Amino acid sequence: MIEVDHLSRYYGQHRAVDDVSFQIGDNTVVGFLGLNGAGKTTTLKVIAGLLPPSAGTVRVDGVDMATAPESFRKSIGFLPETPPLYVEQTVTEFLRFVGQLRGVAAAEVERRIPEVIERCQLKGREHWVIDELSHGYRKRVGIAATILHKPKLVILDEPISGLDPEQIIEMRKVIRDLGKECTVLVSSHILPEVRQTCDRVLVLRKGRIVYAGAERDLHSHGEGHLVRVGVRGTSADLLAVLKAMPNVRSATVEGEADGVVDVLVSLIGDQREELIAALVGAGQRVRRVEDARDDLEQTFLDLTREGAA
Amino acid sequence: MNATLLLARRELSTYLNTWWGWVILFLVLLIDGLLFNAVAVTNKAQYSADVLEKFFYFSSGTTMIAGIVLTIKLLAEERQSGTMVLLESAPVTEGQVVAGKFLGAWGFLMLVTALTIYMPALIQLNGKVSWAQIGAGYLGLACLGAATISIGTFASALAKNQVLSAILGGVFLVLMLLGWLLSSQTEAPISGVLAYIALYDRHFQPFMRGRINTEDLVYYASVVFAFLLLSTRVLQARRWK
Repeated sequence: MIEVDHLSRYYGQHRAVDDVSFQIGDNTVVGFLGLNGAGKTTTLKVIAGLLPPSAGTVRVDGVDMATAPESFRKSIGFLPETPPLYVEQTVTEFLRFVGQLRGVAAAEVERRIPEVIERCQLKGREHWVIDELSHGYRKRVGIAATILHKPKLVILDEPISGLDPEQIIEMRKVIRDLGKECTVLVSSHILPEVRQTCDRVLVLRKGRIVYAGAERDLHSHGEGHLVRVGVRGTSADLLAVLKAMPNVRSATVEGEADGVVDVLVSLIGDQREELIAALVGAGQRVRRVEDARDDLEQTFLDLTREGAA
Repeated sequence: MNATLLLARRELSTYLNTWWGWVILFLVLLIDGLLFNAVAVTNKAQYSADVLEKFFYFSSGTTMIAGIVLTIKLLAEERQSGTMVLLESAPVTEGQVVAGKFLGAWGFLMLVTALTIYMPALIQLNGKVSWAQIGAGYLGLACLGAATISIGTFASALAKNQVLSAILGGVFLVLMLLGWLLSSQTEAPISGVLAYIALYDRHFQPFMRGRINTEDLVYYASVVFAFLLLSTRVLQARRWK
């Protein structure tokens, strides 16, 4: 169990992390979302014990960062956006050094190295000098080093940045697999990634958590599910029908051509089937119903934009 | 393995596995060899003890320069390349990091210094010197090397990059060496203090002549401790800033 309680971090007068609190259960992959400059990396560094909090506490399975820093660090694995690697070493040499540095017994390190090499799909590259590896493989070496000591919480800062599409697909699998043995906190500003890999999301804006919960529940925190409805008829009739529906938050006429009215409808939650049934039931001649924008993307922008509630 | 020894071993292997370490080793041996040739191989009759003293005199110069060059990368490179996060996220203290880095660099410097033993051995073969003078001289080089490495470690902890680390290390070393000069320009008790803190004159020369003074050993140990403590404080301050 990861418990973050009223965490704040100041840089001089600037409040980079503002009273952040959340809890994460075991074996969960959590997406940490926010626009650039939202405070994601600072928050992650504080949680990883790399930066001291100005206020608040972080506990991993009851071990407090402030009172037991060394035990705390043993339970954390942190991989920054650019993996910290000693590029003159081979993959195995590097993993051996990092494992021992993190307090794992030499025999256990030797037992774990083949496991993490397998887990991070590094088979065949064990004896390569890191300097000769591609960016994608370097990321994998970074993850292997991060999980070698079996941390309770693995923090990955923008793990897919700089990867090509094939490497991204492989990295998603690595992250999902990691979630089977520990809690994973993945920061990203790329929304589809969160959908692909995460069980929960935390959305950060100006250092504050503005949403914490399941990705499927995220819709209800934004302006709603946006659909574009095309109906043969008049805008007045269509708007009258839509306004009478309880699951419609708003309806805006976008255009009218050749007797077909286009209306942008904001639904409370994903109730597209109910909308179609209601329109047909009210005698509307429905030509089309289509998603206006990606749900999560819309909600994300709603939550993170300036002045949002 | 203890974290300090682990870091020391990694540092030592870095010198041995990269061109950087081998270039330093080669240059130190080359310069020492050339100077030895110039000093020892002459037509003028010399006492073996004097030749050995001269050997330790110029070896102290190459040891100090090598000490500063070896420490340029110690912490500044970790910061520059982003690998400092590995050390900061590991369950090791800043003191262990500094001690490990120091021991690794000092170990390599001592390896380089040990390889110069053929020169005193040649003096012994062609003349007569006491092994005690040789031992005392090498103990002096070890002390001077440790002090220089600790000064360089401090510079590397302060600097954001390797160039700045080299400049700072050189400046600190020169300041520590110039104590004797400043002492001659000042009055007591300041002159006494400056003469005492000077890195070379008062404290190294007895070793060259085969004398081991407890006062000198305590002095070098104090310098090493003080600069390593300062380095640790710098790392702690950077971390908690």
